[in-house]
Amino acid sequence: MTAPRWIAEPLLRVDRLTMRFGGLVAVNDVSFSVGRGDVTALIGPNGAGKTTLFNCLTGFYKPTVGRIAFSQKGLQDDSRIEALTASSRRYSRDGGEDLFLLERMPDYEIARKAKVARTFQNIRLFAGMSALENLIVAQHVALTPASGYGLFGLLGLPIYRRAEQAAVAKAQRWLERIGLRDRADDPAGALPYGDQRRLEIARAMCAEPSLLCLDEPAAGLNGHESAELAQLLREIRDIDCASILLIEHDMSVVMAISDHIVVLDYGQKIADGAPEQVREDPAVIAAYLGVEEAEADAVESALGMEEQK
Amino acid sequence: MEIFLQQLINGVTLGSIYGLIAIGYTMVFGIIGMVNFAHGDVFMLSAFIALLLLLLLTQVLGLPAGLAFVPVLFGAMCLTALWNFVIERVAYRRLRGSFRLAPLISAIGMSTFLANFVTVTQGPNNKSIPPLLDHIIPLTTGGAYDVTLSYKQILIVVVTAILLAAFWFVVQKTSLGRAQRACEQDAKMASLLGVDVNRTIALTFVIGAALAAVAGCLFLLQYGVVKSSDGFVPGVKAFTAAVLGGIGSLPGAVLGGLAIGLIETLWGQYFSSDYKDVAAFSILAITLIFMPSGLLGRPDVEKV
Amino acid sequence: MSAPQPLLSRAFKEASLAAVIVGGLSYPIIAFRAEPDFNNALALTSRWPLFFIFCGLGFGLRFLLTLWSGRPKAARGEAALALEKPGATSKNRWLAPLGLAALIAYPIVILVVLGPQAALKWVDTFGVQILLYILLGWGLNIAVGLAGLLDLGYAAFYAVGAYAYALLVPLTGLSFWALLPICGLLAAFWGFCIGFPVLRLRGDYLAIVTLAFAEIVRIVLVNWDVVTHGEAGLFGFPPVTFFGLPFIPGPRGFAAHFGLPFAAVHKLIFLYFVVLALALLANFVSIRLRRLPLGRAWEALREDEIACRALGLDTANIKLTAFALGAFFAGIAGCIFALRQGVVSPSSFTFNESATILAIVVLGGRGSQWGVALAAVLIVGASELLRELSFLKAIFGPDFDPAQYRMLLVGLAMVAMMNFRPRGIVSARQPTITLPPVGGRA
Repeated sequence: MTAPRWIAEPLLRVDRLTMRFGGLVAVNDVSFSVGRGDVTALIGPNGAGKTTLFNCLTGFYKPTVGRIAFSQKGLQDDSRIEALTASSRRYSRDGGEDLFLLERMPDYEIARKAKVARTFQNIRLFAGMSALENLIVAQHVALTPASGYGLFGLLGLPIYRRAEQAAVAKAQRWLERIGLRDRADDPAGALPYGDQRRLEIARAMCAEPSLLCLDEPAAGLNGHESAELAQLLREIRDIDCASILLIEHDMSVVMAISDHIVVLDYGQKIADGAPEQVREDPAVIAAYLGVEEAEADAVESALGMEEQK
Repeated sequence: MEIFLQQLINGVTLGSIYGLIAIGYTMVFGIIGMVNFAHGDVFMLSAFIALLLLLLLTQVLGLPAGLAFVPVLFGAMCLTALWNFVIERVAYRRLRGSFRLAPLISAIGMSTFLANFVTVTQGPNNKSIPPLLDHIIPLTTGGAYDVTLSYKQILIVVVTAILLAAFWFVVQKTSLGRAQRACEQDAKMASLLGVDVNRTIALTFVIGAALAAVAGCLFLLQYGVVKSSDGFVPGVKAFTAAVLGGIGSLPGAVLGGLAIGLIETLWGQYFSSDYKDVAAFSILAITLIFMPSGLLGRPDVEKV
Repeated sequence: MSAPQPLLSRAFKEASLAAVIVGGLSYPIIAFRAEPDFNNALALTSRWPLFFIFCGLGFGLRFLLTLWSGRPKAARGEAALALEKPGATSKNRWLAPLGLAALIAYPIVILVVLGPQAALKWVDTFGVQILLYILLGWGLNIAVGLAGLLDLGYAAFYAVGAYAYALLVPLTGLSFWALLPICGLLAAFWGFCIGFPVLRLRGDYLAIVTLAFAEIVRIVLVNWDVVTHGEAGLFGFPPVTFFGLPFIPGPRGFAAHFGLPFAAVHKLIFLYFVVLALALLANFVSIRLRRLPLGRAWEALREDEIACRALGLDTANIKLTAFALGAFFAGIAGCIFALRQGVVSPSSFTFNESATILAIVVLGGRGSQWGVALAAVLIVGASELLRELSFLKAIFGPDFDPAQYRMLLVGLAMVAMMNFRPRGIVSARQPTITLPPVGGRA
């Protein structure tokens, strides 16, 4: 049996990450890796530290201790990671092989250079701007040089017009994929909840990420919408070739699309492995049963469904 | 040395007044997260109300000024509280769910309105009253410079201390204080648990205004003069005090007030009185930029 | 059927309460006025009629309001529906060229209709001054309206432009046209320097710090006598010329050169077109930038800063550009202010000035060019117009100066706007880019 992809071909490696807020330890010495091309699910009861971990990965929080190594092409070479860690640099790009230490980088640089995009638990769209504009803003980093930092655009040069047309075409493709072509010019805040969730994912994808981080993408969706979402995520993995890391409570979604599951409880990692391994892990079952009944039920029903197949 | 001591006394007096105003800023910020820009003008308005009441009692009813002080203080507190109650109702209550800068913009509008309302109704000039309670106690004599402590200054510090103690008791020990702290943490949850959020916020504004009115009376007593543009600069300085002390923290507001009062008088004495306002404004900018949680405030973690 | 009776009595009760509250609010402050008497001691004069007028107004307004809001539901629904009907947007295409034509024709029409003497005031106060505020409003709109950065110290940049002109003219001997961009750039540089440390701050703290900086600038202008001449200010710099032709009577002047009879208004008309051109430039830049990545990033920043950072936008730089560009236009406006006024003193750059410009942006609708222009006309034009109405003096007495009420109304308008139309007079936002309709693609 070959090693799973998160061991053989990791894209992201979190080493001994700890995040403290005053006396509270939200994430305690967590290590795991995310495989290139995998859908990795981060699950755990409420308050387990999942979103905090996410915020550390995407640079919104500076972790107290720990290392987060990331490379778009995969982290093969440990010696390079060690060398970069020993230096004071945030990333290295020698020989076309890029390597980033995310814990050292500010949030916007993680999105811009390392190409890690994310969505938020409480949707953060640009509510007053149209759906199309949301997707164009996501391409800001690519469009800005083409606009001559505003100058070419101000003068209306063709170089910028072509770049903008390409950006619009890409946005239009995404709007068609998420079924919002007809609502392109409506303010994003006026869209129904499920559409907003999908639009936020499309917006993150317009930034062409190599790792897409989704914070509870299925929260508040009905069964039909959840199934659509799972389909969209699978397409993103298979067609757009982006790796996905998601936090999710909806076990039907998690079990349907995950290649790899990491379970957190009280800030600590209690399980890590393939879905079929994790669902039988006694520690996981105990964590869910012991903490919150509603979620334990969800797990049980999801597990039951899987076993009947 | 004597001059320093004298400026220390003056600074504490001035700082007491700033501290009283600062509490109004810090409480409102604590409970609804809003910079109540109009609070300085509420203070100025209260000084005008006190001035008019004082003239009414002394000229129309013929009371001696010393005897009139207590009813003037009480009347100014009540009327200013009514003003702030109405202001909260009219200008801020509706905005709690609006975009994040809406309450501040509304407060700026309210501040502009109040300052010009007083200008229009009472004229733009200085209004000065004859000095009240101008007994002084010489602390040192015979030196090159006599350090004095006036009855006014004692009264100001004593009144401030008593009010703060009473107020501290209210916030720590009564159900109002508990409701306030609950609203600070989570207004929606508090309302689900039966706290009347609107009433609690309104009471916060009322208390803040009453304390500002005390500050207004003490200001009038100490300096004997007030004009309609006096809300802006003392207001900003008191806000500076609240920020320096750590916005949201009540002891911080008082501490910050004393600090600003002292810095201002000492700066005026030893550096340049022309630029004394620059000191306060610079502290405001520096504190907000480099230590936004102030001396006693809690650091604020960005919610993502 | 019995509904009207309780409604009336309820309205009466609420109105009485309102009258009592208004009475409490206005008791000493409106009922009495303290003025120094012959001995320079304060004496009270009572104003009971005014006091009762206010109480009556409180009663009447509350009464009508209660009746209005207590109407049967059906009537209200209809009213709301009527309001929601969208205006015809296709007509907007003609609005801009028509407006521009009107603006260009305005001073000439005024000159022809009123003659050169009477036209002075109309070109200066209602033309140059309003355009100057429109320019300032459009400048501030970049920071406040587009990027959502509440700048309470905009007058400081205005002052930088004005003082830069007043100080650099004698120092360098450069012409107005050479100094205009320099003043703008200097103000932008100041915007950059002030913006740099403060842009990390949350929105309301940023507002307060900009206010603090503006006050520091003003205090320095008041006290740095050697350079700024304190409260007296700077004056005596050369008047505006028509590309070297001075506006003076005699053979070497502008009028003689073009064979016109000399009139003082020529200078103002020239100034009018200068401001108009610069305002249009500000407008062009804002409109163009809104459709570029930078402008969209500003608006995105206003909507959600955290989401911007998650998408790789360098928010500090984006804020800085908005701040500096806004300051640039303030600097340019300051330069024109110096030229028009002939004297530059700190009293022109108080917080009230910042508040007025902010009110123009807030009333106009943060982000709307039309709204800002409209609000500038309303706020600046209306209060000047009130001054013209002499019958107001007949009613309110000879001391009545409507200009005093300007800031009062501006303040009230800001409060009212935030409460009832937080997006301003012109609140509809047009997307900066649209997709062709689905059918059109086939």
